[in-house]
Amino acid sequence: MKYTVYAKKHEEIGAKMVEFAGFYMPIQYEGLVIEHEHVRKAVGVFDVSHMGEIYVRGPKALELVQWVSSNDASVLTDGKIQYACFPNTTGGIVDDFLVYRINKEEYLLVVNASNIEKDWNWLVEQNKKIGAELYNASDEISQLAVQGPLALKAMQKLTDEPIENMEYYTFKYLTFAGVPNVLFSTTGYTGAGGCEIYFKNEDALKIWDAVFEAGKEFDIKPIGLGARDTLRLEMGFCLYGHEINDSISPLEGGLGWITKFVDHKDFVNKANLLQQKQEGVKRKVVGFEMIDRGIPRQDYEVLDENNNVIGHVCSGTQGPSVKKPIGTALIKTEYAKVGTEIYIKIREKALKAITVKMPFYKG
Amino acid sequence: MKILENLKYAKNHEWIKVEGNEALIGISDFAQHELGDIVFVDVPSVGETLDKNEAFGSIEAVKTVSDVYMPVGGEVLAFNEALEGEPALINSDPYGEGWIVRIKMTDPAELNDLMDATAYKAEIGL
Repeated sequence: MKYTVYAKKHEEIGAKMVEFAGFYMPIQYEGLVIEHEHVRKAVGVFDVSHMGEIYVRGPKALELVQWVSSNDASVLTDGKIQYACFPNTTGGIVDDFLVYRINKEEYLLVVNASNIEKDWNWLVEQNKKIGAELYNASDEISQLAVQGPLALKAMQKLTDEPIENMEYYTFKYLTFAGVPNVLFSTTGYTGAGGCEIYFKNEDALKIWDAVFEAGKEFDIKPIGLGARDTLRLEMGFCLYGHEINDSISPLEGGLGWITKFVDHKDFVNKANLLQQKQEGVKRKVVGFEMIDRGIPRQDYEVLDENNNVIGHVCSGTQGPSVKKPIGTALIKTEYAKVGTEIYIKIREKALKAITVKMPFYKG
Repeated sequence: MKILENLKYAKNHEWIKVEGNEALIGISDFAQHELGDIVFVDVPSVGETLDKNEAFGSIEAVKTVSDVYMPVGGEVLAFNEALEGEPALINSDPYGEGWIVRIKMTDPAELNDLMDATAYKAEIGL
C-alpha cells in the first residue's frame, strides 16, 4: 500500500482510514453527511495526493496529447485546463483526466490514482511513434483540493496574487504560503467551487498547516473521500470504474461533449467512435432517482416493467444535499429518455425509479 | 465507544436485550460507527419466524449496505417504526431509541452461544 505525506496527519485528527486505489486514505473524519454539507455551504479540504501527475514535454508534446486525448487540446492557451479521456482501441476508456497547458511544449496530465501505472504504460506505448518526452511525477507531488463557496476567499490570504476572480478551469504558478512555484488551479470534483493546489511533497506539511490556519475563520474542515464521492455523484460527474471503464465508450459514458471529431485532429479509435456517434449508441449512462424506498448500489441490475434486465447501476447513494436516493445506470438507449420509469433490483425486489436530468444537485 | 453490560452480542455486531420470552435487537455502537450515516432501514421480515443467523433486514448507510442477522432464532414481532422517519436514531442512540426489531425467541437457550460485554469488547479490540 502507498501513503501520502498526510497519512499520519489523518490518523492524528481521527480519520477513518481505508485502502483506496492502493493508497491509505481517509474515508471520513467527523461523518460523511456533515462533511458533505460543510463543503456545499462553507469550505473543506481533501487530501488528493494520490492522484497521478504526468508531464508531456518537448516539440512533440501537443502531437502526443492530441493523439491520446478525446478532447481538442489545440484550443488551449497557457494557463488553461481541459477535461478529457483516453479512448482505448477497443471502444472503451483507459482513464479520464485533466490537461493543463503550461506552455506550448509542456502539458501536465492529472490522472486517477487507480490508473497511474496503466496510463503511464499506455502513454509510453502510444508515444513510440511520436517521440514526446514523458515524465511521471506522481510520487513527488502532493495535492490538496480546497472546495466550497468560501474556498478562494480563504486561500487568498495565502498569496499576493489575485485568485478570487480566476476563471473556472484555469491555473497559475504562484508563491503560496511562502512556497514558490505552487500550481494553483480553479478546478474540483464537488460542484461547490474552489481550487486544487499542487506542490512538492517536501512542502506538503507546511502547506496543510497554512491552509487550516488561513481557513480557521471560515470554519475549514478536513473532508474524506466518502463525501468526495457523494459530492461528485450529486453533480453527475463520472468516476472511472463506475460510469466509465475499459469497455464503456466515451459516447456511452456521457463524455460525448469532450470527444471532438474535428478535421485537424486524429486520435485513438476516432473512426470507430465516429461511426458509433453516427449510428447512435445502443446503451448509455443516465441519472435516476428512486421512487420506491431503497438505495441503489453499483452493479445492481436495472429492469424494465416486465423484469427484463436492461442494464446495471454504475453508482448509487443517498444524496446528502438532495436528500434522496440517486444513482447513475448504464441502460439500453430506448429507456434513457428523461422521465422513463425503470426498476432497480434491490435485495430481490424490483423497486421503481425514474430517469432524470443531471446534475441531481442544482443548488 | 459504548458497549453496554446488560446485553448479549453476536459476532455480526447485533445486540440482544432479553425481556422474558421476547427480546429487542439492534446493532452495537461499534457497528453504527463503522457503517456511518444510516439513511434507511429495511425490515421485510415482520411476522416471519427466522433461524439464528438468518438476515431479518438491511441497514443502508450512505456509503454501504449491511444485512442484520438474528442473534437467536425467533418470530419477528415488530419493527421500530421510529426508524422509518429517522433511521439515524441508530447512529445517535444505538442501544435505546435505535433498537430495530422486537422478537419472540424460539429457544432462549441459544442466548448461551452469544458474547457478553467483556467478550464482545475483546472481539472488537477494545
